[in-house]
Amino acid sequence: MKKIFNKIFAKFDNSTIENKIRRKTLLSFSFFGLMIFIVIVGWKNLLNQPKVDGVLKPLRTTLINNEKIVSATVYSNKNLAPTYPFEKAARQVRVNGNYGLQIAADTTNWKLKIVRKPGDTLMVTLAEIKALPKTELTYNFKCIEGWCQISNWGGVLYSVFAKKYGLPIDSAYAGLETPDDGYYVGIDMPSMMHPQTLLCYEMNGKPLPLNQGYPLRLIIPVKYGVKNIKRIGTIFFSNSPPPDYWAERGYDYYSGL
Amino acid sequence: MKKIEKKHPLAIRWFHWINFPVLGVMIWSGLMIYWANGVYTIGFGDSTILKFFPTGFYEALNLKYKLATGMAFHFFMMWIFAINGLLYILYTFISGEWRYLLPNKNSFKDAWKVLKHDLFLTKEKPLQGKFNGAQQIAYSGVIVMGIGSLLTGIAIYKPIQFSTLCWLLGGYEFARIIHFALTIGFCLFFLVHIAQVIKAGWRNFSAMVTGFEVKENPLTPNGGIDKI
Repeated sequence: MKKIFNKIFAKFDNSTIENKIRRKTLLSFSFFGLMIFIVIVGWKNLLNQPKVDGVLKPLRTTLINNEKIVSATVYSNKNLAPTYPFEKAARQVRVNGNYGLQIAADTTNWKLKIVRKPGDTLMVTLAEIKALPKTELTYNFKCIEGWCQISNWGGVLYSVFAKKYGLPIDSAYAGLETPDDGYYVGIDMPSMMHPQTLLCYEMNGKPLPLNQGYPLRLIIPVKYGVKNIKRIGTIFFSNSPPPDYWAERGYDYYSGL
Repeated sequence: MKKIEKKHPLAIRWFHWINFPVLGVMIWSGLMIYWANGVYTIGFGDSTILKFFPTGFYEALNLKYKLATGMAFHFFMMWIFAINGLLYILYTFISGEWRYLLPNKNSFKDAWKVLKHDLFLTKEKPLQGKFNGAQQIAYSGVIVMGIGSLLTGIAIYKPIQFSTLCWLLGGYEFARIIHFALTIGFCLFFLVHIAQVIKAGWRNFSAMVTGFEVKENPLTPNGGIDKI
């Protein structure tokens, strides 16, 4: 017995260089192994967290915090999307997404419904929208999938429209929905009021095609394509984030550029 | 007669090993993001030499239809990647480790000798300090690449809020290409790095965990008393 104990303790006797190397190596690798274990346990723990709107809670929180950091530091409505001459705009504009466009569009009776506040609803016709000063914008539309395309759009600046119809600009968010509720987005007010955000009724100088959102869509260069809702039916305002189609499916609510 | 020679400082070992899973998650999540518009190829004229990536690749790694998941992990892990990387660079300069790391005027000739030796074209062993010339170039190179990934990443994350940076990097589409190319570069570095670590043997690998390398004392190879 004594022989075995002596043999074991001899390995930890610091007097020889071999034992010293053995001891230090064992200690270091044990700590290394412990760290690996902790990382694996931590990772599994992360993957077992509940999901908030399709994404793990700690990640959802990070997405929200990232937006807070960006808003508080680098975001400014003075930062504009680069614009291009009309010649650079694509003639074949890419079509993506048909949510909210499934049922036939009511093109004759359509009016834009705006709920300024509960009980205060405004109905605006396309003609009234077209009567406002028109802005044309040729910019590099960015899809959240990662492709982009320079395209030309025409309409009235939302900030001009909001001023004309006395829309609330102190609400934290605007919510926009298609008439059939098939697609809906929530947008923070600073981005809605961005100087390039358009209520858009023209593409390449002609009325929007149905698959691009006729009669009216949002063109908002400071956001990814997902926020550029087609066929706007209703606009309303809220201090909490309105329902947002892709945010519910795991995407960043803000999707800002 | 063995002796203990200090090699990698504790801080360096932390930064090195943290980067392994962190970069792993960045690349995995990045692939999920890339899949959503996975259009890059290498070719010329009408012919394609390499497609990034064939459908089987995405399917084998279960990367399809996971753009949202990819972005969530990517925009979470990016903080750890950036902070760990920046602290590593700061430490490298403040501690003086940069003297071993950065290539000097002999490093390029040296690296060429390393390459010839490692490809079994010559038996002449290249000079091996803490790092040989090839290592200095490679390890300094990946730091530059890491900075490049961070900057191109910021440019494609917020191309309007950081429009000047995005413009300097060639615009949104080109910055995305550079971001992707750098990632492929990291993967190639990783493969060579692992092969070299295996080739260099246990004592060298162990040094990146323990911080010291076991060396033979050249004056007493037969186990005599070490008076040094």
